[in-house]
This record gives sequence, C-alpha cells and structure tokens, in this order.
Amino acid sequence: MSAAASALHEPALPADWELVVGLEVHVELTTATKLFCGCANRFGDEPNTNVCPTCLGLPGSLPVVNAKAVELAMRLGRALGCGVETSVFARKNYFYPDMPKNYQISQYDRPTNTAGRLELPDGSVVGIERAHIEEDTGKTTHMGFGGRIHDAVYSLVDYNRAGVPLVEIVSRPDITTTEAARAYVSELRAILVATGVSDARMQEGSMRVDANVSVRPTGTGELRTRCEIKNLNSLRSLGRAIAYEARRHVDLWTGGEQPRQQTRHWDETAGRTTAGRSKEEAEDYRYFPEPDLVPVLAPDAAVAAVDAAMPPLPAARRAALSAIGSIPAEAAALLVERGQDHLVSAAVRAGADPELIVTRVVNDLAVEDWSKVTGEGLAAVVAMESAGDLTATQAKQVLAELVASGGDPAAIARSRGFEALADDDLEVVVDRVIKAHPGEWSRFCTGDDADRKKMTGFLTGRVMRATRGRADGAAVSRLLVSNAG
Amino acid sequence: MTALDIASAVAAGERSARSVVEEHLDRIADRERDICAFNHVMADEARAAAEGIDAAVARGDEVGPLAGVPVAVKDSLCTRGTPTTCSSRILEGWHPPYDATVVERLRAADAIIIGKTNLDEFCMGSSTEHSAFGPTRNPHDLTRVPGGSSGGSAAAVAAGFAPLALGSDTGGSVRQPAALCGVVGMKPTYGAVSRYGLIAFASSLDQIGPMAVSVADAAALYEVIAGLDPLDSTSLDPAVSGPTGRRCCDGVGEQERAAGVEGLRIGVVAELCGTGGPGSEAGVKGLAADVLARVDEAVSALETAGAVVEPVSVPSARLGLSAYYLIAPAEASSNLARYDGVRFGLRVAGDTTAEMNTNTRTAGFGAEVKRRIMLGTYALSAGYYDAFYGKALRVRTLMRRELAAAYERFDLLVCPTAPTTAFELGAKTADPLTMYFNDVCTVPSNLAGHPAISIPFGAGEDGLPVGVQLLGPTLAEVPAGRSALWRAAVVLEQSAADLTGAGPGR
Repeated sequence: MSAAASALHEPALPADWELVVGLEVHVELTTATKLFCGCANRFGDEPNTNVCPTCLGLPGSLPVVNAKAVELAMRLGRALGCGVETSVFARKNYFYPDMPKNYQISQYDRPTNTAGRLELPDGSVVGIERAHIEEDTGKTTHMGFGGRIHDAVYSLVDYNRAGVPLVEIVSRPDITTTEAARAYVSELRAILVATGVSDARMQEGSMRVDANVSVRPTGTGELRTRCEIKNLNSLRSLGRAIAYEARRHVDLWTGGEQPRQQTRHWDETAGRTTAGRSKEEAEDYRYFPEPDLVPVLAPDAAVAAVDAAMPPLPAARRAALSAIGSIPAEAAALLVERGQDHLVSAAVRAGADPELIVTRVVNDLAVEDWSKVTGEGLAAVVAMESAGDLTATQAKQVLAELVASGGDPAAIARSRGFEALADDDLEVVVDRVIKAHPGEWSRFCTGDDADRKKMTGFLTGRVMRATRGRADGAAVSRLLVSNAG
Repeated sequence: MTALDIASAVAAGERSARSVVEEHLDRIADRERDICAFNHVMADEARAAAEGIDAAVARGDEVGPLAGVPVAVKDSLCTRGTPTTCSSRILEGWHPPYDATVVERLRAADAIIIGKTNLDEFCMGSSTEHSAFGPTRNPHDLTRVPGGSSGGSAAAVAAGFAPLALGSDTGGSVRQPAALCGVVGMKPTYGAVSRYGLIAFASSLDQIGPMAVSVADAAALYEVIAGLDPLDSTSLDPAVSGPTGRRCCDGVGEQERAAGVEGLRIGVVAELCGTGGPGSEAGVKGLAADVLARVDEAVSALETAGAVVEPVSVPSARLGLSAYYLIAPAEASSNLARYDGVRFGLRVAGDTTAEMNTNTRTAGFGAEVKRRIMLGTYALSAGYYDAFYGKALRVRTLMRRELAAAYERFDLLVCPTAPTTAFELGAKTADPLTMYFNDVCTVPSNLAGHPAISIPFGAGEDGLPVGVQLLGPTLAEVPAGRSALWRAAVVLEQSAADLTGAGPGR
C-alpha cells in the first residue's frame, strides 16, 4: 500500500496543528501453553476445550508463571533496547464476564521491560515506555434472538483465550504522522516475527492496536487531552482512525471546545470514531501486587543468555539484503517480513542475479509454506530463465512445483517437456496464426494503440495455445511487430 | 486413641480401618446434631476408603503413615466431586473438579477424609457464627462458640469425631478455635504447605494447618501435608529450606521428648502478655486475667524445664490487628470477585449481566463477607491506597523487622492464643470490632509469615480450655517434631497434663 493511496482516506491537518500519537500494542506470545497453567495456547480450537481450574478461575486454583513466556517477553524487550528488570505481577480489578477471576493478572509499577526504543525504517525513533506481561481474557460472542436491539439477547463465552500470554508494548507519544504510526506497527510486527515472540496477525487478533490520539499547535511540544481508540485491526484502519480523530480534535479546539478524555471505537464502514466509556467515570482498577506469585527475577546471566540467543533483527536483515544488490526498500521489507531474505541471499551465493531473484521471490513465492525451495534451486530456475531455456510462464510453473514437492529444477523442466521453441519454429507458428485470423491481424496492423494492445493479447494467446505455452511472450511480440512491417 | 496409635494399629493389622471409621461415625451420629461441626459427612466415601486400606493391609501392601486415620477437612478446601461451600450460599451445590494438594497428600498417606467441616463464611470470623448454614457449638459447652474460622474442625477434634483435622489460618483461624476447643492447632510457615485448592481469603496470609488431640499427632499431620508443590508458586520446600537442612522426621520421638527445652531462649511478648510484667503498660487491653494466669504458668513450666525465659517487647504487636484488617479485606475484595454467577455456584437472574452479578452477590454473600469486601475495596481505592493499604504494608514490614530482631535473641516467643476462653453464642456478633479483637495475639505470625502453635494449657475460671501460643521464626517447625517449636510444645503439653492429671490425647 502506498502512502499516497492511504492519504486519500486520511483527512489532513491544518499546518499549524500537529498530531500526537502513542500506541499500545497487545501481542499474543507463541508459547505452547498459557501464561499461568498448562492448557494449550492455540487459536481456533472448539470453544472451552483448552481450559482448567486455573484459567477458569475456579475457587482454590493458583497461577504459576510460564517460564517460556517470560523468556519471550525478555527477548522482545532486548530487541527493543529495553532495560530488563525484576518484575512484579499485579492484579487489575474490574468485572467482566469473559474475565474468569474478575481481575486480570498484569504488571503495574514493575514491568519486565522498561525504557526502550524502536527505530523506524526512515531512521526516526519512537521511544518505548514499557513492555509488560499480562494474561488475555476470554472471548464473548453476543447472540440476539431478533433483529431489534431491545430483543432478548444472551452471550456465549469461550475461555480458550483466557490466560493466553500477552505482552503490551506501550510507546511514548513520539508519533506525529499517520505514516509513522503505520511504520511503527509494521516494524514492531517485523521484530515480533523475526524474534519468534509472536506471529503478530492483526486479523486473527494475535496483534491488537490501541491508539492514544491528541493534537497540539505545531512546535509547542505540549500534551493535550487524548482519546484512546480501541482495537484497530489493520494498518489501514489505524491510519484512517488516527487521521479522523486528530481532525475531530482540531475542529473542537478551533471551535473553542475541548475534547473529553475518553475511550472511542473506530467504525470502519462509517469512517469515524464513536464515544465509548468516558474516562471521567473511569474505573479504579485498584492495582495491588499479586500475592499468589513471586517476583520474576532478571539476573544478568539470564539477560545475557537472551542477548546471546537474539536472532538478527529486521533492520539488520534489510541492510544485509541491500548489501548484496540494488533491491528496492519495499521489496527488502517484504522479504524480511516473510522471512525469505535468507533464501534470496542463498540464491545469490549460488550465482543468481539479485534483482531477478528478488522479483521472482516477491511475485511467485507469496505462499504459506516454501520450505522445500532452496537457494540453489531458485538460482537454477532463474538461470534457466535468463538463458532462454525457460519462458517466464514455464519458470513460474517450475517454481510452483518446487514449492509443492521440491526437487531439481532442470529435471522438473525436462519432465514437463519445457524446452523453449527455437526461433525458426516460432516464426512458423506466428505466420500460421496471422493467416488464420486475418481480421484481428488487420486490426493489429492498422488500429489505434488500444486496438493494437488488445490484438497483441489475442494473437499471443493463440500462439501460446498452439505451442502449449512453450513460446516466450516477448519473442512473439517481436515477431508480430516485424511481420507488420 | 491418638492418630499415631490408630495408624500403627491399622498398619499392623491389629485394627481394621473400617472399625475405626465406624467408631467415629457412631460418635458423629451421637453428638453432631448438637455440635454441627460438619457441612457434609462423607460416611460412604470414608467406609469405601477404609475398606480399600484394609484390603491393602490384608494383601501385605505397605500403607501410608496415616493409614485408617479419620481426618475432618475444613470446607474451604477443595475435594473432588464432594460439595465444597466455604459455608457460603454462593458456592452451594458446587462440586470441585479437583482435589486440593493437601487433600491429595492425605489420600496418598492413606488417611480417611470423614467430612467437610463448618467455618465462618469464606473464613471471615472468629466464632463460626458467620456460617451461612448455622453455627457450630463448642463440644465443651454447647452454649459457647468453638472459635473460628476453623470452628468446625476444632469442634470435630474436641468431640472425638476425628483425631485429626485440617484448618486454614489467615489471622488465627486454626489456633484460636484450637485454643477455645482445647486441642492442638498449628499454623505453618507461609509457603510450607501448598495453598493449591484452598479457597482464598487473603492469599498472602492464608496457610493450611493441622489440628489434633496431641502435639505428636499435629506434627505427623504437618509432615504429611508440608512440602514443595509446583502448583503453588509461593510454596517452599521445608526439607531443603529448613534451617537444619534435614528432612522432616517421623513425629515426636522419645529422644526429642527427652531433649526438652534445656537451654532454649524463650521471649515473653510483653505487649501480648497483659498485666504485671515489664513493658505491659504498652500492651493491648482486653486480655482476660485467667488466660494470662495460664500463660504465666506455662512460662514457669518452660523455665522449670530448663528454658531461659525473658520478657521481650514487640511494639508493633499493638498495630498488627489494624494492619491485618486492612490487608486481609483488601486481598479478599479481589479474591471474592470471581463469585459473580457466571461460571459456577449460585446465579440469581437479572436483566443485564451487571444486574445478575449484583443480584447473585447480594443473595449469595453474608453480612460479614460483604462488610470485608467493602472495607477492602475502599482500602485499595485510588486516593485511599497510601493511607490504608500502603500504610498497613509498612506496619507489616515493621513487624517483620521487630520479630527478626527478637529472634536474634530468642529461639521462640510465647503469648496467649486468644484473649478469652470460649464466649457465648451471640455475645460478639453485634459488634464486629469486638469480634476482630479475638485475633490480636495470632495476627503477628500471619503478617510475618512465621509458624506458631497453640497448645491447650489448663482452663479458665469458667472451666473452659485455655490455649498458650508459641511463636517461631521462618521454618522453626522444621524438622517436624524435633525442632525447637515442637520440643517446647511437647514440654507444655506434658506440663499441662501433669497439672490437670490427664494425659495428652484421648
């Protein structure tokens, strides 16, 4: 998505006003089990099958901290340059039916990770306030009997998600454009995936973004009343919601009014935010240290072990990619996000041209599972294509088979009978197609640009059909032009 | 017969577990109607368990250390498939899908759970009158309370319904009823016994403890239930963490009895030993003279047995009650939030979820529970936190420091368990503060996380039992039976028997 395309939906601010955004991002950790019990941490199972006395909050049950969750949280903290400290779990008390104990075990004044930074691809830096561990709630589905809002309703609660480990990453209010907000979330997402901390899927809810939005007269540096927009579940919504909310604040301030501090919800269809709970009647969460748990220690040795095991981070991986050839920034970001940068490097080491490889991988390897494709195999396909042994279409087919079952690209090409037509043979086929379709040929020769384009497609298609796809599209075009004289 | 006598007779095949169970069920049939110690008598389960043990003995299998011993279990402990109510309407009809760790350990030791005992609702009270199912009465005098909150367990032991019982102690709930019913009751070091499956009142203070007719029986039960539990993050491994590094032992042996208290340094807590002693002008008011007289006699008995006894001042002991009645309700207000009618127990319908929550809690909780939820919610509220909860935590720290200083000079401390002997039913229900005063001598150990034991020592002017309390530092109860705490307890038990001419146990 280009910045320009999104900007069309994002009302701009007058130049004398500046946007101020801080983001709170919740991510689910990729642990096998939940934060405080041994139940499976798995998305999409039958409701209420991954539950036990502890995550159901049954009387007498007690939490025990999942060491893996702590390790992943620390890993994220170190990836964000945070200080990792001895942390203390606390209870956040409020009533909600999908929260089994009617308190959430979170961290309050002593989070695992404090004071870090996240550098965006353009070099700007967003401060990280903290990244703390907490448990997720269950999931409520409201069921209605009739179409009207006053009809009797009931709610179903699935506690499979209750107790799933989360880390909440709180940024400082350093973000001043919608582009930067999106870049922050993208980069954070890339770091989460690269470090294996979370699969960070916004659509599945394993990454959820809340935006604290306010505005100020440009250059003043002040912090005015903010509103929190909850649960933005795509980068597009994030940008649009922030832009809408900022515009609303500017309109209020310039109209002599003051925004009220409140929670708001983004309506994607209507393209606006609506008021939720007002913070003036806000809950008092009555935090206090969780007496059922002991402090989580972060001895130097543990932090050093986390550092030592830290995989390369996205920024370094993008830099490594650009070091091997002239690769567009967007492509590099995409490859790192998909985790295909290592494949590209391996293919280049095997002798392939970096730009061709990048094009092929970006366009033709947008698949879930590409584990059977090797750098050597990829290099071989691109080499055959460059040498004219495979047409572009054929190369794609060979790649598809590599993805599906692996193997030797040359053998795959042979088994499919992919040997490019010799130019002489192709000329014969083109002649035959021209003769068989005189009307189209005449429109190709005499028509306007649009006509010519259309007829090129038609005639090339016939040639492809006659050669069962073995013809090289570019060569066909050349022959058509030269025949037209 | 003591629990250890029963266990060895059953293991040797001299008595059948079934006959032991029948004997106790007969006593229950005789007197339970008057005493009301149980919420639920588990006669069928007990008989079945006894038959299993008898079969094992007949096969020549090795049986556990409490083979065939009936144990009464406080109804704040989860028992799989058996109603567990905490004496609250809000949990009526709830059958836990799991056993508390201590219950599992009892079963593994071949003990027989004979029933679930009554308590003050959610352990909040000192008389068992705050049970939603009616009060328990003191077996020594049916017009008197048994103490609380583990009043059902104490009464069950005192009435001979079971030689052993489990209670839970948040501010004295094992020791005070033990004192009022004339049995031994012990609160272990915080973390020595797993809390998994104990329905929480105040998590940072709750500990499960043994109640028994004799010190040796209490030590044996402690040994069975203590130990590290991976399901409780706050649990300790006494076998490893103990000051001696030795493993727990097998009850109190003759050798330990002989070792006595010779040379032990025992401090008499001036603030809690009322009238006459040095420093007592700074002490709490309201401790009964007859109780203090028994404590004096106990101190003399320890001195006679060779202990070095001196007064010691613990000034924060005067503040303990106030700190306790902020910290405990604060934690309780959070712990009891889960009783909302959504997933288990009582549900009273309402037009919205919030109304259903309110209706359920209004109908399901008794007045004392509501009072403490409100107190605790207030103490944790923004704007009041520092003045109440925060200050209470500072008192707690102060008390830990003062006790730590005292234990640099003393091995143990001594004071009364309860301010008075058992009082009449209804005497204190109208004034919560009078009722709360029952805990004045017991809360310091809970706030500090230290072990303490109440030993019956003679009677008050009304002829009702008095309990003397011994306090020790962290893990002073390890190894069970041999450490200073148990040795001094045995000396007191023997002195009390010598004074009254009765032997320990039954």
